Amino acid sequence: MNNDELKQIANEVRKGIVTAVHSAKSGHPGGSLSAADILTYLYFEEMNVDPENPKKSDRDRFVLSKGHVAPALYSVLAHKGYFPVEDLKTLRHVGSYLQGHPDMKGTPGVDMSSGSLGQGISVAVGMALSAKLSNESYRVYTLLGDGEIQEGQVWEAAMFAGHRKLDNLVVIVDNNGLQIDGNIEDVCSPYPIDKKFESFNFHVINIDAHDFDSIAGALKEARETKGQPTAIIAKSVKGKGVSFMENRAEWHGSAPNDEKYEIAMEDLKKAGEALCQK
Amino acid sequence: MSEVKKYATREGYGAGLVEVGKKYDNLYVLDADLAEATKTNMFKKEFPERHIDCGIAECNMMGVAAGLALTGKVPFASSFAMFAAGRAFEQVRNTIGYPHVNVKIGATHAGISVGEDGATHQCNEDIALMRTIPGMVIINPSDYEEAKAAVLAAYEYDGPVYLRFGRLAVPVFNDNPDYKFEIGKGIVLREGKDVTIFATGLCVSESLKAADMLAEAGIDAEVINIHTIKPIDRELVVASAKKTGKVVTVEEHSVIGGLGSAVCDVLCEEYPAKVLKIGVNDRFGESGPAVELIHKYGLDAEGIFAKVKEF
Repeated sequence: MNNDELKQIANEVRKGIVTAVHSAKSGHPGGSLSAADILTYLYFEEMNVDPENPKKSDRDRFVLSKGHVAPALYSVLAHKGYFPVEDLKTLRHVGSYLQGHPDMKGTPGVDMSSGSLGQGISVAVGMALSAKLSNESYRVYTLLGDGEIQEGQVWEAAMFAGHRKLDNLVVIVDNNGLQIDGNIEDVCSPYPIDKKFESFNFHVINIDAHDFDSIAGALKEARETKGQPTAIIAKSVKGKGVSFMENRAEWHGSAPNDEKYEIAMEDLKKAGEALCQK
Repeated sequence: MSEVKKYATREGYGAGLVEVGKKYDNLYVLDADLAEATKTNMFKKEFPERHIDCGIAECNMMGVAAGLALTGKVPFASSFAMFAAGRAFEQVRNTIGYPHVNVKIGATHAGISVGEDGATHQCNEDIALMRTIPGMVIINPSDYEEAKAAVLAAYEYDGPVYLRFGRLAVPVFNDNPDYKFEIGKGIVLREGKDVTIFATGLCVSESLKAADMLAEAGIDAEVINIHTIKPIDRELVVASAKKTGKVVTVEEHSVIGGLGSAVCDVLCEEYPAKVLKIGVNDRFGESGPAVELIHKYGLDAEGIFAKVKEF
């Protein structure tokens, strides 16, 4: 798949995110949009997964440690064919299988329930360790928020992964710079993120989260790295792709009203048309 | 009279892991730098490649256990009750309980019989905490044999199980050919007509001794071992309460939220009866030799006898 095709898919994924959150009248659009390109690449290029057989035992695993960006994961899974895109509109509705945070029991393609920050990475580490223990070849990916890494458990997990030399594990930090209460540097700075992971014996790669060449290169480098887990620090734009949401902390956890929804969808429609004309 | 054998239930945990581990090669043991104390070192000696020390990081250990369980292994995550149920409560709830992952939690050093280490390490709240997690099975074995049986039963059960073990050596009384362990089934150890004593953990053998003392005082006590606190044996609880009309619960745990509360939850719905809850009252523990603490807190035969006699 070439970059333009990936961009088209990611744009459709963003439409799905905005539509789902608008329909739910709540949710987390900002971080979902910042993670959209990475998730698109993981599911459409990188990972060995099959929507027809979501539980196949040799599949690569993904744990969304920053579980609040469930709309991004759901939109990618829907566009990949795990369930109908139309169902994204049921997000957070009573009785829907699309819960506010990922529920592995109800949603095809979700490998682990998550949402309480700092916990998903430990599960990903456990899955990666498991593959090592029984000589299986699947790889494990997990996506964390840059605010999430303020949780101490993240560093318990990082210490363990580095100690165990889990080179089948890729930890991606969605570094959009904002958390609920504002700029991560103002709230409680996690910087330098790269040096922290390095000191926990990770191979660290800094990338642009919205550049598919950059994402592809880092994941290839991760696959070639032996004896160390990889951490990819992905510099991203919160709210990416929706003009009024970009770099605004207030869109961390609030849904657009009808008027804002129209503007957001218009932004994404234009972006899609521009891609078609290329 | 021959000397009664005494072993801590944590030793039964270690021995049980080795036995079950021999039978099933997908059994893995996790520990958090307490292998010597939790007795998982017995398993480590036998199967070093299946023993994973996570270091002093219980929250991460619970997540790692979930990851192992989701990829076909059966992990027993081990630590002291204080850290397994206390520190890592939310990890157990959200990462093990909510997705109903097949993780077994081996929690040793429960209750005040931790002894000299004192209140920070004496967990009297773990049963209460674990009871609130939907789908969590809670087993509190009463002796070495039952501890071993519980490990096998937990392995064979598909879903999260919290196993509670003690540090103190206690009498072995389940070492008979008729003994049968089944999750959720209480065991009538002594039939009686005047009062029912539902006991769990190390309080079971003390309750049996107390029943002998009560018999001499003319009180015919029924003693029932409730090794599984969740799901509790509703049928047996109600049947015995109907039979004796008077119910006592005994546990080395807070009187808030443990066996006593579980029994009351059943009885208030099905057969309201007067219940005396014997346990650790609403207070923290303290340092001291375990046997002396058990005595001070009224959880030995003498204390149980005195309270039941007055009830």
